[in-house]
Amino acid sequence: MPPVVEAIDLHRTYRTTTGTFRRRSLEVEAVRGVSFEIAEGELFGLLGPNGAGKTTTIKMLITLLIPTSGQARVLGRDVVEDAHWVRERIGYVFGGDRGLYERLSALDNLRYFAELYGVEPRSQRARIGELLELVGLEGREKERVEGYSRGMRQRLHIARGLLHDPPVLFLDEPTIGVDPVGARELRATIAGLKAAGKTVLLTTHYMFEADALCDRIGVVAKGRIVAEGTPRELKERVAEGVVVEIEVYGIEDDRVEALRRIDGVTSVAVEDRDQAQVVVVQAEPGREPTHDVLARLDGVSLGRVTTREPTLEDAYVALVTEEREQVSD
Amino acid sequence: MLSQSAFDGLLAILWPLFFGTVAFFMFRAGGDPDTLVYASLGAAVMGVWTATSVSAGSALQRQRWHGTLELLVAAPTHFSLTLLSMTVATSTIGVYCMAGTLFWGRVVFGIELPLEEPLALAVAIPATIVSIGLLGFLLSVTFARYRTAWTLGAMLEYPVWLIGGFLVPLTLFPGWVRPISWALAPTWGMNAIRDAATGSGSAWPDVAMCVVLGAAYTATGVLLTNRILFAARQRATLSLT
Repeated sequence: MPPVVEAIDLHRTYRTTTGTFRRRSLEVEAVRGVSFEIAEGELFGLLGPNGAGKTTTIKMLITLLIPTSGQARVLGRDVVEDAHWVRERIGYVFGGDRGLYERLSALDNLRYFAELYGVEPRSQRARIGELLELVGLEGREKERVEGYSRGMRQRLHIARGLLHDPPVLFLDEPTIGVDPVGARELRATIAGLKAAGKTVLLTTHYMFEADALCDRIGVVAKGRIVAEGTPRELKERVAEGVVVEIEVYGIEDDRVEALRRIDGVTSVAVEDRDQAQVVVVQAEPGREPTHDVLARLDGVSLGRVTTREPTLEDAYVALVTEEREQVSD
Repeated sequence: MLSQSAFDGLLAILWPLFFGTVAFFMFRAGGDPDTLVYASLGAAVMGVWTATSVSAGSALQRQRWHGTLELLVAAPTHFSLTLLSMTVATSTIGVYCMAGTLFWGRVVFGIELPLEEPLALAVAIPATIVSIGLLGFLLSVTFARYRTAWTLGAMLEYPVWLIGGFLVPLTLFPGWVRPISWALAPTWGMNAIRDAATGSGSAWPDVAMCVVLGAAYTATGVLLTNRILFAARQRATLSLT
């Protein structure tokens, strides 16, 4: 069976200019050769940090951006050549406060977009009613959107994206900024979409979200897919290794570089936590880097030191860190 | 559709009355009752043009601020149709502008509007309003590509008052202005409305020009939309505010 969504060596460069009188053109390569396929009924996740190229990739697939090079197909049709055909069969939902008419009620927003998406006038009322129930907004649909919480807006975004019952859905960070309870409800709605047979491309930078929802994940870093597989396959990549976490109070960049040079260390990441930082060091299977790490941190004010088994998040951090190091080299 | 603010509504009601009042005071000083009719009709069409030129530009800019422009472009409905419905809808505010100004002139300033050719007037008014809306559509197509082009709508407001012959006859302007004013549907619409109201000439040729120009704006706008949207998708300007 042919894939529903195909990205083939997609590239996208943005050109920006700086200066008023002496204008200088600057090129930023946001996507640098992204390729993947999504099968019918599959929920595929693009996981990556901010600025990795997830949204740019999704915007090329939904016909809003022309790729600089490469090709993208949805349901077998080229997204540049057959943009109109593709638009009739896809839904697009993004995260954040924007993308809705604030002064209109949820109902009026949905009615307007139902017209734009070509929903038959006689079936509009029933379809909107179904969707309001699906996303849990029934009873609140006559209120203006400006009074909605972030979670309610997100649910309205999902209802909007489903108005014309598209077989393919693109969800761009749909739970961003939503409180934990709201995010959990949204994840349940997304899981329901997959259960209903929709093919879904989800972008997120929440590891647990990708783990909980996705059949397969592509990890994106610096505009490239650096790993692809099921959540289990990605976890297995680092399952045999070891992770050392050291709480430190102020650490210089050259110390972090020194840790990276330790034999057997695969990645080093520094996370800020209140007054302190936590240095997360991952090492190859069979290595015990704690002694060497502590030796290189001699003179640094240390807190708690723990050793644990790696998680999916460590796999993700390792992949993203590796890519960053390669690009900066 | 996008605004349900009572304040916006109040402004839309008062704005044409200001235009009318200023024009009536200016022309009343001349003491000629015919020029008051001229001013009354001119002020009425001024309101239509202002509602369209300013609203057409700001409507699309508002889509950018709402973050909905990308959704409109990515929707299956052709973007030119979405844009066309938006701009023609704003020009229908012009129906009120016209009626409000004429009513204000009658009640407050005692200006009686002659109705020499009622049928021609009944056709000329909607033809003028729709063709002004279509000119707004053509302008707004460029706003999809250039973020600050909405200022062009505001900038064009006053020049078109003049070169459309709303308040001052075109014969008072230098010869090079006339070809520009002939390319504008409001000029022909204004002539048609005046001719139909006062019976100073046949309104039908002007109505025909108004319709032809409106059709030309639509065809040009639809053709431009595809090219401009492709450029905007290439240059990634749709998501910018």
